[in-house]
Amino acid sequence: MSKSYLSIEKVFKSFSRGGVTSQVLSDINLQVERGQYISIIGHSGCGKSTVLNIVAGLLDASSGVVILDGKEVSGPGPDRSLVFQNHSLLPWLTVYENVQIAVDKVFGRSKSRSERDEWIRHNLNMVHMGHALDKRPGEISGGMKQRVGIARALAMQPKVLLLDEPFGALDALTRAHLQDEVMRIQAELHNTVIMITHDVDEAVLLSDRIVMMTNGPSAAIGEILDIDLPRPRDRIALAEDPKYNQYRQAVLRFLYEKQRKKATA
Amino acid sequence: MNANVKIEAESAAPLSTASRVPAWMARLGRVGLHNLLPPIAITLLFLLVWEMLCSSPASALPPPTQVFSDTWELIANPFYDNGGNDVGMAWQILASLERVAYGYALAVVAGVGLGVLVGQSTWAMRGLDPIFQVLRTVPPLAWLPLSLAGFQDSNPSAIFVIFITAIWPIIINTSVGIRNIPEDYRNVARVLRLNGIEYFVKIMLPAAAPYIFSGLRIGVGLSWLAIVAAEMLVGGVGIGFFIWDAWNASLISDIVLALVYVGIVGFILDRLVAWAGRLVTRGTSEG
Repeated sequence: MSKSYLSIEKVFKSFSRGGVTSQVLSDINLQVERGQYISIIGHSGCGKSTVLNIVAGLLDASSGVVILDGKEVSGPGPDRSLVFQNHSLLPWLTVYENVQIAVDKVFGRSKSRSERDEWIRHNLNMVHMGHALDKRPGEISGGMKQRVGIARALAMQPKVLLLDEPFGALDALTRAHLQDEVMRIQAELHNTVIMITHDVDEAVLLSDRIVMMTNGPSAAIGEILDIDLPRPRDRIALAEDPKYNQYRQAVLRFLYEKQRKKATA
Repeated sequence: MNANVKIEAESAAPLSTASRVPAWMARLGRVGLHNLLPPIAITLLFLLVWEMLCSSPASALPPPTQVFSDTWELIANPFYDNGGNDVGMAWQILASLERVAYGYALAVVAGVGLGVLVGQSTWAMRGLDPIFQVLRTVPPLAWLPLSLAGFQDSNPSAIFVIFITAIWPIIINTSVGIRNIPEDYRNVARVLRLNGIEYFVKIMLPAAAPYIFSGLRIGVGLSWLAIVAAEMLVGGVGIGFFIWDAWNASLISDIVLALVYVGIVGFILDRLVAWAGRLVTRGTSEG
């Protein structure tokens, strides 16, 4: 039995299409403590997003269970809020309304109207989007959209925050900026976070643990690396830090030596 | 062409309210020059050719000047009412518009409803789509005898013809719109655990709105096409029967005037729905 806050136990996943069954995930086991920041890293197509979607409840595992805070996960719910790579804001709603739709649904009974309004503004201020409440997603930049996506996810007060390559679609400068923001918010709120990424620096900088996945088909967890760097972390100072570079090399070695992507077309 | 002038002027006005008066006038002048001059010039040319072709005494059709002088009474007094079918053009058109309003409104409600059903449920799509594909090819007027037999009355029959004409593009476009809702929006709804009604109102309708409105726009055009034909057969007050009546009385000029009115009203209906669509779908396609 697990004692962890979130535990993924013996999860297998296979997809069947037209009589052909392909094994995607094979025996995924992972224990996550409350307040931990976990990154899952691996080559594209290795099934890391599938892991996240199973935790989110958007996909069902073929076998195995996900247990969050003592309860088995079945189906999606606001206790596991997702930040999607392509932000997935509703384009016909303003920034405020995009967060409001989540807050009204989750806290519609427990908070009064003015409390909800304050909570929406609080979360948008936290990601520095308080100035653009009435803008529509089409009128703001990609980085700003992702901020709103993060605000929407945080506003649900999830037990675990799931980030699916949240910075993947952003340019390098915006990405660094948002990574710092996420670290700051994480330090403040102590969220439990699982982040999918393919960026080694991002993984080492943000995480407490890095889960490295082997290549598919039938991907499994290859290695788990504990990142023992003091917080708050500073990206410039860390660039000189030998420990940081060791971690970085460990991940790179796993990805590019042990799990080198086979030259498939 | 009058309506064209009006619409262009209206759409130009909000653009220029923010700027100062001289700039406003200059812009209106430029817009007028760009957008109004070509259609006016072509219309004048067209009238001129028509005049030349039809001015010989042997011509079967009247030239524009004669149309104008023949129908001046009708143009000048659109609201006269001598009882029975002998009413002004405005009343004729309003009677037709009323039928279209009823039939179209029913088609919108039923069409969006069925479109949602077909778009949401694979089973409903497999069952209903082949039937829709066959029925939508039936010409509007072919429904008229059947509806006359069913309703035993001309007015509901005409309304039914409008309904059955307008509903197919609305159903088909709505269902395509529903099927094309991005997976991300569905996932957002699932994470938030939106219930059926919340999903319908907050995600489905706004996401599918651009498709729904293109269906509505085709539908209103078809309705207006069908009403003229249907009214020719069912009689009573209405622009369609007015045309048929004028033909029987050999009032060719009246027919020409009625056609101009039908065209203008159809154009306005189309623009109204397009405008409503722009208003409602504001932002939907951005992202």
